[in-house]
Amino acid sequence: MHYILKNTPGEKVFMLGNEAIARGAIEAGVAFTAAYPGTPSSEIALNFFQVSQETDLYFEYSANEKVSLEMAAGAAMSGLKAMCTMKHVGLNVASDALMTLAYTGVVGPLVLIVADDPFMFSSQNEQDSRFYGKLSGLPILEPSSVSEAKEMTKYAFELSEQLKEPVIVRTTTRINHSSGVVTLGDIQERNTRGSFTKAPFSLVCVPAVSRKLHVKLLENYDKAIAIADISPWNMVQGSGDRLIICNGVSYGYVKDALQDLGQEGQFKILRIGFSHPMPETLIQNTLSGCEKALVVEEGEPYMEESIRSSAQKAGLILPISGKGKDLFSRLYEFDPAMVKKVIASYFGLPFTQKTPVQVSDLPPAPQRPPVLCAGCPHRATYMAIREVLGDDAIYPTDIGCYTLGLLPPLSMGDFLIAMGAGVGTAGGFARATGKKVVAFIGDSTFFHSGLSGLASAVYNNHDFTLVILDNGTTAMTGHQPHPGADINHLGLSLTRLSIENIVKGMGIEKLAVVDPFKYNKTRETIKEIVAHKGISVLISRAPCPLYERTLPHGKKERPFYVNHDKCKNHRDCLTRVACPAFYLEKEKVFIDATACTGCMLCVQICPENAILPVKKESVQ
Amino acid sequence: MNLTKIMIVAVGGQGNILAARVIGEAAITVGVPVRMSEFHGMAQRGGVVESMVLLGDGNSSCISDGDADVLLGFEPCETIRAMHKCNAASVVITNIQPVPPFTVGLGMDKYPDVGKAMGKIKNRVQSLVSFDATSLSLQTGSKLSLNMVMLGALAHTLAEPLTPDLFRQVIQEKTKASFVKSNLRAFDLGYEAGSSI
Repeated sequence: MHYILKNTPGEKVFMLGNEAIARGAIEAGVAFTAAYPGTPSSEIALNFFQVSQETDLYFEYSANEKVSLEMAAGAAMSGLKAMCTMKHVGLNVASDALMTLAYTGVVGPLVLIVADDPFMFSSQNEQDSRFYGKLSGLPILEPSSVSEAKEMTKYAFELSEQLKEPVIVRTTTRINHSSGVVTLGDIQERNTRGSFTKAPFSLVCVPAVSRKLHVKLLENYDKAIAIADISPWNMVQGSGDRLIICNGVSYGYVKDALQDLGQEGQFKILRIGFSHPMPETLIQNTLSGCEKALVVEEGEPYMEESIRSSAQKAGLILPISGKGKDLFSRLYEFDPAMVKKVIASYFGLPFTQKTPVQVSDLPPAPQRPPVLCAGCPHRATYMAIREVLGDDAIYPTDIGCYTLGLLPPLSMGDFLIAMGAGVGTAGGFARATGKKVVAFIGDSTFFHSGLSGLASAVYNNHDFTLVILDNGTTAMTGHQPHPGADINHLGLSLTRLSIENIVKGMGIEKLAVVDPFKYNKTRETIKEIVAHKGISVLISRAPCPLYERTLPHGKKERPFYVNHDKCKNHRDCLTRVACPAFYLEKEKVFIDATACTGCMLCVQICPENAILPVKKESVQ
Repeated sequence: MNLTKIMIVAVGGQGNILAARVIGEAAITVGVPVRMSEFHGMAQRGGVVESMVLLGDGNSSCISDGDADVLLGFEPCETIRAMHKCNAASVVITNIQPVPPFTVGLGMDKYPDVGKAMGKIKNRVQSLVSFDATSLSLQTGSKLSLNMVMLGALAHTLAEPLTPDLFRQVIQEKTKASFVKSNLRAFDLGYEAGSSI
């Protein structure tokens, strides 16, 4: 049995935040789950995927976040308890559906988990998803700890049931990827068969219907404010005329800071866990009688602005600060010492900070940038394209492991903003500059949001080459399957789509499929493909070696070594291939046999044929 | 128990997160409050992996600069990189066997002189234990037990009820059955190596 299904209420378990969220949903009796993976949310979906293998819980990896939300919406409209999970930028993709789903509301509860990533540990921006609450009118809950993440997820289903609206649970990386002690609760039975009652004049959002539905949404919004005002997730602690209002992980930092400052209980703390709509009356009552207030929140001044407006409405005049010079930043993550320092300086408390040891004279640690793995097929594709077009072409790229192609010496990647935007922007670059444009997209990203960009490019007679880097998996987020991936080994009866057929079906005639490790053939094919006027597509197909190793047929190929009798130290292998399996010792190139996957890319580049397979008997 | 903040740094693949989880499981077994956070953005692709383990009462699961009680470094240049987390009262336990980043392998960057760096670090913290943990792990038959060697050395910095025997019990119960023997051996080798703490 999967460990998050343990039916031992009361047991204390050490869990990852994302496991706790999945457990909370299981305890609430969730029946229908869907996701597109995205750090830092991916492990929630992984847990659902695993649980769905052994129970009647439905889970699917949808092609993108919008589809996953729509799937969950269909199930919730049929009365089931549904959930979808995504990273913050995934909500941008899903937002079109969400904004009007707020109008229809839901029949069964629907909970949407959105995981923000302050500091951008693995994201392209650090947008603050709380504003989606304001934009949609939907409730938002924000946990401050791992154990609370479980309880709040469970409560989110109740709230959604009560309001008949989707509910958003917003986390940050420091919750998703923290572990803590969680007390297991009872597991409600799952109901996996729903029924749908037709009501087109309140569910089909034509203008006349939506005009009525917007009224209903605003009524629900008022109900939500009333709930937020008395919600136990919005707690007032301590007493005094100095107030700190905080949310999420900042709450823990504030509590620890006040203890360190010897001020425990001598401040009023208002912890906002139900953060949209903001609990206006509670805020006004708490502010009243206070001399000074500090708002501690990572990201944008979302609460701060709302609190200031609530104070103004109640005619309360007191300093309310949060973001600003000598206060908190809108940038990156907070940490306990930073929060302590701002609290001390804002309220004029004496404090001494622990002094970090002197490090300025320590030898600098070399950077350890992430790199395309040894044996990664993307390296071969990028090398071949660089050899053909060099810096003459413009290379819009996309989101996945292959983004790492931007690093030298490959230096393939000139513009990156969003999933699918490589193919989307390619036409713009080509039209505007008249230059050759080669756009990159991964296989999973192609299904996520490359299809419509490519269709549009064909329709509008654009002129660029799209390279689809097909490694057979969603590699970056942990090897999740996607519509084009071969997942026979999982024994799932899913239908595999052919990327070639899709491309051909769009009327693209110039299409080639290569194995990038056949280097010369790949290079010659690229020459031909990029010479084509109009849309041409190259599918570069070879499995992710990290993924392949985990498959039933996966085995390590024989590694290679540099024969120093033959090697003349041209170092093409180092300067062009730059595989992390190479290393220099006494000015000679060596190959780390434990890292080498035997892909033979470097073998084909070496002008002296000095890279040879390690003899069998010497392989350990 | 007093709040103990342990910063663990390693390179992807060194098993840092499992080591942190063993500490977490040990704590929960004896009812010590524990919080942990892990950062492994693109670890499989050669990046840095950080775990922060906080034992004892408190609310944060994050360690600020200068605030680590213990820095446990699985790789010497990662220990150097994380030194700003330490203060004069910190204990630093580090492996001295390098895993050079590929940039060094390719001659684009330089690996620091570990001995010299450790000499400076020694004078700035309460104590420094540096040893070749990689070689010790190889004695158990697998480099993969490096994390348990490091855990063994760390055990000296933790007080009752987080005893070495408790760790042995958790390793027995929570690590993969086929690795238990080598993990326990690795833990003991690390415990010996850390006895100067």
